[in-house]
Amino acid sequence: MVMGQKVLMKGNEAIAEAAVRAGCRFYAGYPITPQNEIPEYMSWRQYEAGGQFVQAESELAAINMVYGAGGAGTRAMTSSSSPGISLKQEGMSYLAGAEVPAVIVNMVRCGPGLGGIQPAQSDYFQATRGGGHGDYHMLVLAGESVQEMVDLTCLAFDKADEYRNPVLLLGDAILGQIMEPVTLPDPVDTAGLPDKPWATTGTGGLRRRNVINSLDLRPESLERHNLKLKAKYDRMASSEQRHAGYRIDDATLVLVAYGSTARICRRAVDLARREGIAAGLLRPISLWPFPAEAFEAAVPRAGAFLAVEMSLGQMVEDVRLAVQFRRPVYFYGRTGGVVPTPAEVLVQIRETAGACGASTAPAASGAARGGGLVK
Amino acid sequence: MKQVFARPRALSPGATHYCPGCTYGIVHRLIAEALDDLAITGRAVGVASVGCTVLAYDYFECDFQQAAHGRAPAVATGIKRTRPDAVVFTLQGDGDLAAIGTAEIIHAAARGENITVFFLNNTIYGMTGGQMAPTTLLGQRSTTSQAGREPGRAGRPIRVSEMLATLDGPAYIERVAVDTPAHAAKVRRAIHRALELQLAGAGFTLVEVLSACPTNWGLTPGEALDRIGREVISYYPLGVYRDSSAASPAGADAPGGISQ
Ligand SMILES: Cc1ncc(C[n+]2csc(CCOP(=O)(O)OP(=O)(O)O)c2C)c(N)n1
Repeated sequence: MVMGQKVLMKGNEAIAEAAVRAGCRFYAGYPITPQNEIPEYMSWRQYEAGGQFVQAESELAAINMVYGAGGAGTRAMTSSSSPGISLKQEGMSYLAGAEVPAVIVNMVRCGPGLGGIQPAQSDYFQATRGGGHGDYHMLVLAGESVQEMVDLTCLAFDKADEYRNPVLLLGDAILGQIMEPVTLPDPVDTAGLPDKPWATTGTGGLRRRNVINSLDLRPESLERHNLKLKAKYDRMASSEQRHAGYRIDDATLVLVAYGSTARICRRAVDLARREGIAAGLLRPISLWPFPAEAFEAAVPRAGAFLAVEMSLGQMVEDVRLAVQFRRPVYFYGRTGGVVPTPAEVLVQIRETAGACGASTAPAASGAARGGGLVK
Repeated sequence: MKQVFARPRALSPGATHYCPGCTYGIVHRLIAEALDDLAITGRAVGVASVGCTVLAYDYFECDFQQAAHGRAPAVATGIKRTRPDAVVFTLQGDGDLAAIGTAEIIHAAARGENITVFFLNNTIYGMTGGQMAPTTLLGQRSTTSQAGREPGRAGRPIRVSEMLATLDGPAYIERVAVDTPAHAAKVRRAIHRALELQLAGAGFTLVEVLSACPTNWGLTPGEALDRIGREVISYYPLGVYRDSSAASPAGADAPGGISQ
């Protein structure tokens, strides 16, 4: 591949290649659809890059291999899809507690249980609310295109090291499987990455031992550690909010959607504009921290917000928290692997616009198929 | 004057949290002596597991990672693959290794990961207060087998060394015991052998150490050592279950590491 050249790549493979270029030299994973192209790609590409690939015996083993490699100072990654990510939650809690950088990719599929292999966004709570046990947070990044997932993969490795914290990349079955043109980043020189003086590289007889650990049986001491982590999460919350807007500057109805759903909503916004409805889209890119500041700018202009998700209503809770009852917040969602169409979203836009300003008609009762319109 | 006894340099000063009569301290000392003798403390990375060895990172002068329950072989895999020059060892109890971590130990062994596992088999869950382990002997009382382990309700104990020795991956597996000075000398030799094989890149090595848990066995320290010789060894025979120098298929093809 010529550097800087545009290439056509499948989302999963592009993420894997971006990870290698970002300096990832250890990958462990376990097969699960719809992310199999990531381990398949890594199985040869890591060795080509001088790294290591392990097909683990389970997602539990994979995340703990990443804990070992990340703790030893190597940029390390694992990936999976929803059921496998559930198994990784204990490990993610340990990574956060022991402050081990790592990148985890979740190509979300529909649940609960074994669910299906079609796209969904129903792991939002798990991703943004901790998922594993204990007080902790991860940076959660969600792109809407293969290019953006590539860019966020590189960002994820940098932020994981910067904060010594796991970073979760949230995609879905669409973003994993779609092929799009991408420009890949130039490879980083791993030797030039910042030192990790805390890593378990062996003391060399030159320093005191380094310990990667999350255990502390002394309450005051563990509280101090947790408060130190909290200060880090506060820094992340103020510095790492990311979002994008589409036709939002004069929008009175603001759609809120992330990932693949945001692309569908953009089309719906265009259709609504043609009908004279001043719709726009606010697209969170960081799901944790949620881009609440962007809502401060949007609230004064907006008559209402409409959250659209491939779930029964998860991100909408963060929208409500950001809007703080200053405007009505509506929700439309499809679930089970059903992907909403622009025409369906347009129906919701019309009803919401009618309910909140463009007309004085009362809110339509949740008429839509599937999720329905719920205030 | 000739000094005849000293704390190994690889062993941290200070007391451990182990109960009176627990034999884990002996094993720690023997590991530390081997690190000294082979001059590898500066290259060593230990992995502490969940169980009574959870605080092992406080007891050795080398780098350490604490692992989730059962996952130490996976953590060790991640360390060794990315730090091939490190000497990586785990310390695991029998609940950790033979119950919740069964998948991880079998697959690390099958892959022939070039790591060393120190498997402390005290036939019980020590840290959580004496529940039945996969290794608990038939008839042995525990807090979850109060009338003695009964096979109709709780199955039969697992012989880990024998089971892992059926795999082609491991380079070296030996079961030893710490109940007598003569046996302890064999523990020392087994620890050296395992670490030397790792240094030679031979692949997966495991030393199972039959250990005493007087507290949860409800015995005095002396009685507990006697029990190892009287009951435990007869179900878990001592000996070398695999050694790659004895024409085993393992060895030459152990996974390498990251190039850096
Ligand atoms: C996921 C998980 N399950 C259970 C525990 C509780 N736990 C802590 S130590 C332990 C038993 C350890 O027993 P063993 O491995 O035999 O080691 P020993 O304490 O005897 O050395 C258990 C079950 C835990 N910490 N994590």
